[in-house]
Amino acid sequence: MYVAVKGGAKAIDAAHRLLAKKRRGPKGIPGLSLSQIASQLALSVARVMAEGSLYAPRLAALAVKQAMGDLVEAAFLLRAARGAYPSFGRSLPLDTSEMRLSRRISATWKDLPGGQKLGPTFDYTHRLLEHSLADDGEGRIPAPGPAALSVPGAGFAPDSDTPARPDSPLGRAGKSQGMPRAASILLSEGILEQGEEGGGEPGDITRETQGFPMGRDMRLQTLGRADEGFLLSLAYSTQRGFGSTHPFVNELRIGKAEVSFVPAELGFPVVVGEIELTECETVNQFMGGPGGPMFTRGYGLVFGNNERKALAMALVERALRAEELGEPLKGPAQDQEFVLAHGDNVEASGFVGHLKLPHYVDFQSELGLLRDIRKNRSNTKREGEEERLSFRPLEGAGGTGPPAGKTRGGPSPAERDGGDLP
Amino acid sequence: MSGNFAYLDEDSKRLVRRALLKAVSVPGYQVPFSGKEMPMPYGWGTGGIQVTASVIGPSDTLKVIDQGSGDTTNAVSIQKFFKKTAGVRITDRASEATIIQTRHRVPETPLSEGQIMVYQVPIPEPLRFLEPREGECLQLHANAEYGILYVKLYEDITRHGEIASSYDYPAMVNGRHAMSPSPIPRFDNPKLHRSKALHLFGAGREKRVYAVPPHTSVLSLDFDDHPFKAAPNPRACELCGSTESFLDEVVTGDRGERIFACSDTDYCEGRRRLTGKTLRKEA
Repeated sequence: MYVAVKGGAKAIDAAHRLLAKKRRGPKGIPGLSLSQIASQLALSVARVMAEGSLYAPRLAALAVKQAMGDLVEAAFLLRAARGAYPSFGRSLPLDTSEMRLSRRISATWKDLPGGQKLGPTFDYTHRLLEHSLADDGEGRIPAPGPAALSVPGAGFAPDSDTPARPDSPLGRAGKSQGMPRAASILLSEGILEQGEEGGGEPGDITRETQGFPMGRDMRLQTLGRADEGFLLSLAYSTQRGFGSTHPFVNELRIGKAEVSFVPAELGFPVVVGEIELTECETVNQFMGGPGGPMFTRGYGLVFGNNERKALAMALVERALRAEELGEPLKGPAQDQEFVLAHGDNVEASGFVGHLKLPHYVDFQSELGLLRDIRKNRSNTKREGEEERLSFRPLEGAGGTGPPAGKTRGGPSPAERDGGDLP
Repeated sequence: MSGNFAYLDEDSKRLVRRALLKAVSVPGYQVPFSGKEMPMPYGWGTGGIQVTASVIGPSDTLKVIDQGSGDTTNAVSIQKFFKKTAGVRITDRASEATIIQTRHRVPETPLSEGQIMVYQVPIPEPLRFLEPREGECLQLHANAEYGILYVKLYEDITRHGEIASSYDYPAMVNGRHAMSPSPIPRFDNPKLHRSKALHLFGAGREKRVYAVPPHTSVLSLDFDDHPFKAAPNPRACELCGSTESFLDEVVTGDRGERIFACSDTDYCEGRRRLTGKTLRKEA
C-alpha cells in the first residue's frame, strides 16, 4: 500500500522540525531559562520529578521546557533519562523527622511539639487573579503587618524563615530542628498502630517485576510516582463513600532531608546532598487489635513540594490496606490491581496514545469479518429465517426464559435483524 | 542517548536474555522481566525494541515492519533508533534480514532457519479481556484451564454464525499454553505453525516476554465442527496479482473508490520485480 504510507521518514523529519519551531514560539519573545523554570515554576518541576521518579531539578526544568509545559510528557522525558543511568547503590533510609522544614501543619492537634508552621501555601489565599503579576511581571510581596503575624495560641510560627516555636506548650527539648513526628504523641499512648517493622531490604519496582498482591514497600514506591490526578480522584472517591477511611491529617510536612550514602570503599555514611520532600501522615478509623481498638494510619511521601499528591497518596495508601484490615471492599481505591496497575502516567499515556499509531491491518481484518457476518446473516434470512426459528422452541420449552413476546426493553429480535438489513 | 551498543546496557540485556531463554524453554509461557523505560512511549513497541536490543549483534541485518510496511512512521522511527545505537544494516527484504521486528504482520515470504521474528505486543495475556485479574489468569494457565476462551468462541458462533476474532486470535502453543500471537490478523496465524524461524514476543508495558521456538506446533483455537478459518481474501492484489497475500483496502477517491493491494510491501514489490510489471500504476 502506498499513498498513505510512503514517505514516513520524510514526514517524521518534518514533524520534528515543526515541533522545534512550535516549542520555541515567536522569536521576538525571550526564551525561558532553566533557572527561571526551576525557581518560578517550581511546583511543575516538583511534579515532574515525582512522576519522572528522579530527583533532578535542573533536568526536570529542562524536561518542562522541552515538553512545552506538558507535565506528563516532561515526566516521561525524565523517566527515560533515568532508565539510561546505572544504579550504583542505595542511600540510607531518609530520616524525615530531621527535615529542615518550610511547612508543617497538623489538623488533629492545635499545638504540638515543634509547633505548627504555615509556610508558603495557597491554602488561605483568595483565588483572585493577581493582575499586578501581569503588569510588572513581578507581583508584589505583601508587607508583614498585624494580619501576617502569628495567630495567638494557635502555635503558628509567624515567618517561614524562623524556626517553629521550640517553646510551644507541648514542646520538648528537640534536636536542632525539634520536629518529631506528630504520630509519636499517639504512639506513646498506644492508641495508634505501630508501623510495620521493615524486615530486610525493601524491593525495587524499577528492577523487579511486580505481582499481586504487592507488598507495602512496592505499593508505596508505585504510589510515589503515580499520576497526581489519578491519585487525587481515587482519594476523593474514598471520601465520597467508595471505600471510606475516615482520615485526619495528623501531619503534613514539607522540607529538605539529607541523603546519605555509604560508599563501599569508605564504609561509613557520607551526606551526598539534600532533597525536598512532602510527607503526609493520616490517622484513620480505628479497628480492634490485640491490644484493644486503635487508630490506623496512611502514609504519603513525594519528591518536591506537592502536598496535594502527598495527601491523596496517604488516603489511597490507607484504602489499599482494606483487605489486610478486614474492611468491606466497596470501591476501586481499595483494589490493589486496579490502583497499582493503572496509576503510572508514563505507561497510561503511552498505551492510550498508541491508538494514534496506524492500525490499518487489524481494522482491515475487522472490516472483512463484519462484512462477512452481515452477508451471511442476510443470506440465512432470505433462505427461510432458520436462524431465528432455531431459538424459538428453546424459549417455550425450557420455561426459564422470559415468556414469548415479553422481553424487558430493548429491540425485539425481529427489530434488531431488521435494523441490519440494507 | 546512551553510548551502549543497541542502547541498553549489558546488565539490562542479560536480564532480558535470561527471560527469553526461559521463554524458549517453555513455549507460549509468559515470562516476567524487569523492563526498562525506553526513549519512546509504551505502546510504540518498547517490548519488541528491548527484545531486539538484547539479541542483536553487529553482524545482524534488521528489518522493521509496521502494518506490513517498512516505511510507516513508527517502523522508520525504530529503524533509525537501531541504525543510530547499533549501526546495523537495515533492509526491507524479509529474505535478507536476520532479525525482523514487527507490529501487526508476519511477512508473506516464508521465514527460514536462523531468522528471528520479534513481535511488539500490547496485551500478552490471551485471557485478559475475559479475566482482568492477573492472579486468576496465572492460575488458569497453570491448570491449562482454557474453558473461558472456548466459551467466548462458542458465544461468537451462536451470536454471529462464526468466530468473531479477526486479529490477535488465540492459539495453543505446543499443546500446552494458550498464547496471544499479538494483534496480527488471523490470516497470519498459520504462518507460526511449525515455522522454521524463532519467534520472540515482547510486551514492554506489561513486562512479559514469550516465545515460539522453531518447528513448534501453534494451533489456532477452534471446534471440530467449526474449524479455524484464516479468512483468505477473495480478491487479488491490484498491483502484483497475488491471491495469497493479506490485502489492504485503500480509499482512492472522494466517492468511496477503493483498490486492494498487498499489505506486505516487500512481498508485493518482490513479485513485481520478478514479473517486471505492475498491474496498475502507483499513485
